[in-house]
Amino acid sequence: MRRNLAIVPAFDEADAVAQTVAAIHQWAHEFDVLVVDDGSTDATAERAKQAGAAVLRMPFNLGIGGAMQAGYMYALEHGYEVAVQVDGDGQHDPRHIGDLLEALRADPELNMVTGSRFLSSSGHGFQSSAARRAGIRIFSTVVSAITGQRVTDPTSGFRMTNRAGIELFARDYPHDYPEVEAILLMHAHRLRSCEIHVVMRPRLTGASAISSTQSVYYMVKVLLAVFVGLFRRSPATETRDRATVAVRAAE
Amino acid sequence: MTGLTLQRGLVIAITLALLLFVFELVRRKHLSERYAILWLLAAATLFVLAAWKGLLTSLSHDVGISYPPSALFAIAIALIVIILMYFSLVVSRLSDQNKILAQHLGLLQQRIEESEVGSVRPASGDAQSANPSAEPEPERAEPVATEELSSRR
Repeated sequence: MRRNLAIVPAFDEADAVAQTVAAIHQWAHEFDVLVVDDGSTDATAERAKQAGAAVLRMPFNLGIGGAMQAGYMYALEHGYEVAVQVDGDGQHDPRHIGDLLEALRADPELNMVTGSRFLSSSGHGFQSSAARRAGIRIFSTVVSAITGQRVTDPTSGFRMTNRAGIELFARDYPHDYPEVEAILLMHAHRLRSCEIHVVMRPRLTGASAISSTQSVYYMVKVLLAVFVGLFRRSPATETRDRATVAVRAAE
Repeated sequence: MTGLTLQRGLVIAITLALLLFVFELVRRKHLSERYAILWLLAAATLFVLAAWKGLLTSLSHDVGISYPPSALFAIAIALIVIILMYFSLVVSRLSDQNKILAQHLGLLQQRIEESEVGSVRPASGDAQSANPSAEPEPERAEPVATEELSSRR
C-alpha cells in the first residue's frame, strides 16, 4: 500500500471524476486515490470505482467540509503519511501534486503546502472572476495578518498535509467553506504551512460551490468564523504529538 | 385580585390551553420531557402573571412600564427568545452529530465493501450498474446496494 493519499471530494461530478482519478494515477504514481462522494445523485461513485479509486459514499450531502473531513478520517484510519485534496471538477491539475509533495518533503518542519494561483505574478491560468478575486484579497489580507505570514490564496482547496495535518483535520475541520478556516486552524495548532505556485484550470463540470448569491453568505460566515476564532484561546482540540505516525501500521 | 377583564381572561385561557397542549404532547410521547420543561415554564410564568393581576402591575411599575400588558409581552418575548436560542443550540449539536454519523457510516460502508471484494465476489450482471451514456442525470439515483461493486478492478 502506498503512503500517500489523494482525496477527491465530488458532488454530482460523474462526467469529470473518472478523468480526475485517471489523471492522478497518471501524474502522481505514489498516491492512492480516494473519492468522497458527497451524496451525489448521479453515477459519481460508480465512475470513480471504475476508474480504480476507493470510494467513500456519504449518505447525504454534507458539504465540502464534512466530506473532506471524512477523507481525512479515512487517511488517519489507513495510516497514510500524506494527504492531498484534489477537487473532482478538474480545477486542480494533478501534475502539481508532485510539486506539492516536493515542497512538503523539502522542509521537515512543514505540515501543509497549498497550491496558490496568485503567488507568481505571471498570472497565466485560470484565476476566477474579478469579484471573486476581490473577496479572496480580503481573506488574504486577514489571514496574512493573523498568521503573520503572506498567504496569497487562502481559498485554494489544493493543499497537501503531512500526518500531523491529517490527524488535526480528521479531528477538527470547518463545516462549510473550510479553506480559509483550515489555514487558521493549522496556525492555531502551531503547525506550519506554506504556498507554492500552481496553475488552475476552469472547472470541467458542475457549478462552483459558491454561487454569486451565496458569496455574501460565504464572506460573512468565514469572516465571523475567523473573528470568533481570534477569541478562542486554546485550540478546540489538541494535536501536538508528531511521533504518533505508525499507530495503524497493521492496516 | 380585581375584576377579570376580557383581555386578561383571554391571556389566561391561552396560557392554560398552552399548558394543557404541552402536557398532552408529553403524555402522548410526541414531545420529550426535556423540551417540554421550557415550554411549561414559559406557559406557567405567563399564566401566573395573567392570573395574578397585582403582580404584573407592581412588576411593570417597578421597571417603569406604564401599561402592564406590554410588560407581559416583554416577558413573553424574552421567554420565546430563550426557547429559540436553546433550540438553535440543540439543532447545532444535532447537525454536528448527524455529520459525524454520516462520516462514520461512509467509512464503515467502504470497509465492508472492501472486505467483500477481498472474499466473496458478489453476483454481477445487475441491470442498474449498467449506465453507459454520460448524460448528466438530474433524476434520483437508485439507492445503491453495498453488493453493487462488481466492476471494481
